[in-house]
Amino acid sequence: MKKYLSFFTIRFLNGLQYRAAAVAGMATQFAWGYMRIKMFLAFSKANPAAMPMEFDQLASYIWLQQAFLAFFAVWILDNEIFEEIRSGNVAYELCRPLDLYNLWFVKNLAMRLSRAVLRCFPILFIALVLPKPLSMSLPQSPASLILFLISLALGLFVSVAFCMVLYITTFFTLSPAGVRVMAISLVDFLSGGIIPLPMLPEKLLFFLELLPFASMTNTPLRVYSGHIAGTELAFSLGLQLLWLTVLVLLGRFMMKRALTRVVVQGG
Amino acid sequence: MIAVHNLCKTFRVAKRNAGLKEAWKALFRREHEIVHALEDVSFTIEDGEMIGYIGPNGAGKSSTIKILSGILTPDSGTCIVNGRVPWKERRAHVSEIGVVFGQRSQLFWDVPVIDTFELLKEVYWIPERKYKSNLDRLVALLDLKDILRTPTRQLSLGQRMRCEIAASLLHSPKILFLDEPTIGLDATAKIAVREFIKTINREQKTTVILTTHDMQDIEALTERILLIGRGRILLDGTLSDLKERYSETKTVIIKYRGDHFLLPDGAKVVERINGHATVAVNVKEVSASAVISSIVNQVEVQDISVQDISLDKLVVELYKEFLI
Repeated sequence: MKKYLSFFTIRFLNGLQYRAAAVAGMATQFAWGYMRIKMFLAFSKANPAAMPMEFDQLASYIWLQQAFLAFFAVWILDNEIFEEIRSGNVAYELCRPLDLYNLWFVKNLAMRLSRAVLRCFPILFIALVLPKPLSMSLPQSPASLILFLISLALGLFVSVAFCMVLYITTFFTLSPAGVRVMAISLVDFLSGGIIPLPMLPEKLLFFLELLPFASMTNTPLRVYSGHIAGTELAFSLGLQLLWLTVLVLLGRFMMKRALTRVVVQGG
Repeated sequence: MIAVHNLCKTFRVAKRNAGLKEAWKALFRREHEIVHALEDVSFTIEDGEMIGYIGPNGAGKSSTIKILSGILTPDSGTCIVNGRVPWKERRAHVSEIGVVFGQRSQLFWDVPVIDTFELLKEVYWIPERKYKSNLDRLVALLDLKDILRTPTRQLSLGQRMRCEIAASLLHSPKILFLDEPTIGLDATAKIAVREFIKTINREQKTTVILTTHDMQDIEALTERILLIGRGRILLDGTLSDLKERYSETKTVIIKYRGDHFLLPDGAKVVERINGHATVAVNVKEVSASAVISSIVNQVEVQDISVQDISLDKLVVELYKEFLI
């Protein structure tokens, strides 16, 4: 375990270096979140009855989504890993007494955590002090905060497990480009990154919420705002756990296949 | 001990001709060619040996190294390294080997070299005391003191290669694979690297398997040579055997004072410029010493040297003979 922890630390500290990128990211995410809330505010003023969730729930959903973008966004991928596979430098990693799956998983966790740690607090702070109805509301109770944190962690793990599948696919396709573009655009929509999932038509929503992508972003954000509770909450958390297991098993299986038939590229 | 029996590995390589039309055709039907990287390769290597693994580009050297280090799974054949099958027990296997790929880097690009070393310490579970003593020894032998704290990106190739080699030896591996360790290095760096490899082979009894195109590496380092070509082991023997078998001519260079001299049969003058003569001796007909004593009897010799065929030429001869 300790060896993976040292990779985590190196990667985490490395990620904290990029302060300018963090400032730029915060500005973008803040502006983006503000615009979307304004947009939904306009919708809600036009026809308040058609809104599927309370407006302060929606505001929290959007602000948290922006604050923890680094946890969920599938486009945050480790180019080093793609490059290692593409160039064949993965040979060196395979010469180490390490489990490659665990190693890459840990590196991705560290990368996302360091990005999020730098960005989330200022965004959360501003989102909390904004005037109503733009502002994010505080969690309803300590219990709901804890449930949110659990769901948030699960969402992060599901996202990383999904990205692992993308990395490993590169062993077979040799170039990451196609898979990346497809996955990023699809997942962005399916996880609620473009339109919050609860705003979609109900029939579609039923299926979307069962998919792993909803488990990445949508579930924790809805848990925070109290939009899901009771048995539905237990079901959602269970679903997150299920998808995490499925994606990890799938990734491990693919990794095993890849390593037995892999051709380490280049001389 | 390394025991390899009947190892085979094939690759499928996509091919197409140049041009837009060909590229368009390849969209629908792709032509593949099966490349036999290894065909029935067998050899054994004892503990503490130092092996030169040579062959032209694309002969299968790197594939063999990759299989031996557990990265590549062969199509068929067996391979046991220290009692383990590398690709089946990869993690246990790699903790006992060290690998240097001359054309790749294992050092973190943006951080000082020592950071990579510290990380490797964790990765290999190297106990603090062993790490410290290994590091001190490597720093002294490879002269790393001044470069340990430099980020990798600012090292010269020679400095980097010394660090790469140190990185692969921190965990005291029993076997060291060196895949073209001297590629691109200048003369001083090459000599430093060679000296070091000799030292660890002698002192730590580390088995060393070296692939290289630099025949001076082989000459300086290894007794035993494995020649591979087109996926097959063509020759397995000592360097001196090889030279005896393939060098029919020796060259005698003399500096002398006096008139012409006559040579016994089997020797002839290749070049003669004011007091210097180069004589080619066919050792099958006459020995070099007989030629020398004959010359010494006729003229006053001031300086004399005897040279074998150069190893580079020898290898060219070998490749020619095996049509590779």
